[in-house]
Amino acid sequence: MFLLLKYTLLYTVVLMLVALGGMFSERSGIINIALEGIMVIGGLIGVIAMKLMPAGASPAAIVIAAVSAAALAGMIYAALLAFASINLNADQTIGGTALNMLATALAMVIAKGFNGSASAKLDYSNRPFVYDFGPLTVNVFLFIGIAILLLSYFVLYKTRLGLRLRACGEHPQAADSVGINVYKMRYIGVLISGVLGGIGGLAYIIPSVSSWNFEVGVSGAGFLALAVMIFGQWKPFRIFFAAVFFALFKSMANIASSIPFLESLGWTQNMYNMIPFIASMVILAFTSKKSRAPKAEGVPYDKGAR
Amino acid sequence: MDKNKSFISRLASSEGFLSVAASLICIVIGLLLGVVVLAIIEPAHAINDGLLVIIQSGLKSPRNMGTVLANAAPLIMTGLSVGFAFKTGLFNIGAAGQYTVGAFGALYCAIVLQLPWYICLLAAMLLGAVWGAIPGFFKAYLNINEVITAIMFNWIGLYMVNDIMYGKGASPMYDLQTTKTFSLRKAAPGSMIPSMGMSDLFGGTKWGTASVRPLESVTIAIFIAIIFAIIVYVVLNKTTFGYELKACGFNKNAAQYAGINDKRNIILSMTIAGALAGVGAGLYYLSTVAEWNPQVSTALPAIGFNGISAALLACSNPIGTVFSSLFISYITVGGTKLSTQYYTKEIADVITALIIYLCAFSLLFKNRIRGLLQGKKRGVGIGKGGEA
Repeated sequence: MFLLLKYTLLYTVVLMLVALGGMFSERSGIINIALEGIMVIGGLIGVIAMKLMPAGASPAAIVIAAVSAAALAGMIYAALLAFASINLNADQTIGGTALNMLATALAMVIAKGFNGSASAKLDYSNRPFVYDFGPLTVNVFLFIGIAILLLSYFVLYKTRLGLRLRACGEHPQAADSVGINVYKMRYIGVLISGVLGGIGGLAYIIPSVSSWNFEVGVSGAGFLALAVMIFGQWKPFRIFFAAVFFALFKSMANIASSIPFLESLGWTQNMYNMIPFIASMVILAFTSKKSRAPKAEGVPYDKGAR
Repeated sequence: MDKNKSFISRLASSEGFLSVAASLICIVIGLLLGVVVLAIIEPAHAINDGLLVIIQSGLKSPRNMGTVLANAAPLIMTGLSVGFAFKTGLFNIGAAGQYTVGAFGALYCAIVLQLPWYICLLAAMLLGAVWGAIPGFFKAYLNINEVITAIMFNWIGLYMVNDIMYGKGASPMYDLQTTKTFSLRKAAPGSMIPSMGMSDLFGGTKWGTASVRPLESVTIAIFIAIIFAIIVYVVLNKTTFGYELKACGFNKNAAQYAGINDKRNIILSMTIAGALAGVGAGLYYLSTVAEWNPQVSTALPAIGFNGISAALLACSNPIGTVFSSLFISYITVGGTKLSTQYYTKEIADVITALIIYLCAFSLLFKNRIRGLLQGKKRGVGIGKGGEA
């Protein structure tokens, strides 16, 4: 049972962080399909930063270094999406898809280069990141995640920045007419998504295992987060609950064989993996009429449009 | 006005010329950025052991050429799939999922049912079509973006196919020894796409010498793919049906007003796109380029996503897709020939991805070229012409 709780917490935090990132981007009007790629790059740079820390560094220093490196890398990578879709009016989905493909390839090149061998597998110690509370193992990202959830809610709904950001995603021309810089707001939205996506990537890779093969990227976690965001209707707390729901099934897929009750059902890992995707399609089908998607998402901002 | 100038201005207004020029610019910049990446990793070898290997290897020997062709055939199909959807205003990011279920259809009919290859190909096509129709249905009747549905069904398809093919290790399709599906060469030779001498033609390791051993993965698949490209071109450009589909893509409301059934057309477009991707999987697995590995359940087949690259590079033109697929396949094979002492093969993927990133703003390149050709006088105020 503790195992289930542990994995559910772990995946909840990952999916929530990345989905919140996606939310900021989409609320500002930019579809961020590149979340998967951002996670890969963030995770990779975070792991490398951790490995580059001197041997005697304190656990806190290692955590801070890895997390900030991941956040920074994610942000820089997201800037590529922002540049293409905001400055050059490129198709956001295509730009994002290209960045996803680039991320996996680039990660393998970097990981192999870092290893100096033909293997894209990086080994590391995750001790600085995990804490034991009796039988329950909790990782540092749980606390980061809760803080970011509360902060996201506050920023999005209680600050001027959040209001402006949301306005740009709903009706950028109207926002512009009252003096809001749409380009700047959209940049902020995408860069925040890069930061959260990067941290999410590290949170996905580090806590559970002590080596990661970058050949698999983050195995679709970014796309799952995209589903979490839609399931959560682009709202912070709903995203949290959606993340819990998705995480529960994802953890069951991992540990089904070690829990007698679940094992007796005879379901395979693939079936558990499938459920969140099917569930989100069903929910989407029933809620599509009153979808809360930002109205202007995916549309390049054209100052002259009426 | 002299003749020369009118020729240039004709070029400037030719959408086809501008598209080709923009794609070539993307390729050149992509390759240059690739050199930068190579130089960062190992500066001394960037040109001779890096770039030149990538852009020359494909032609070095018949075997390499054969590998390029074998990998290009399925890529042409997924490229056509994505391109067809683009032409009708839809983004088929689901090609990877349609390809996956198509692969299942082909392999099931081949290994379990031992059917002839064309029936297997048909099964791949049908399953791909079903998987493509789903996002179309969701788009037409529930107004859910096809990108979202397609992404979800990519993963649903992947997990489902893996589950059936593995069957807890007891599936009749799963070979415990290789941890992959059974090789058709042994398990179902009757279901392989005929080679018609292609395997021997591309068997040699040096030009001009006879085949050492046949390269079995080279079959008539490449010709099948080219025939499909021609069919798609004719349907899109020479038939009323294709015109209606494109009209929906340009402006759904106008098409509706003109009496075109837009809901039906959206579903049909996605169904056809899915069928094309399914055929791609059939061509790949029935040519035994590789076997399916149901245990690696974490990755969707790359050919599905590379189809997006092929379509974008060709500006969705079906005939152009043949060339862009050959090009992508060519540099991918080039990447595998890089000396592992200095570089890894994924550099070729980096270059492809960079080219696609650049393609995302090929419209900008197009307008630039147009501006340059037309000179300053007409270069301004062109606005956003052309299609996506």
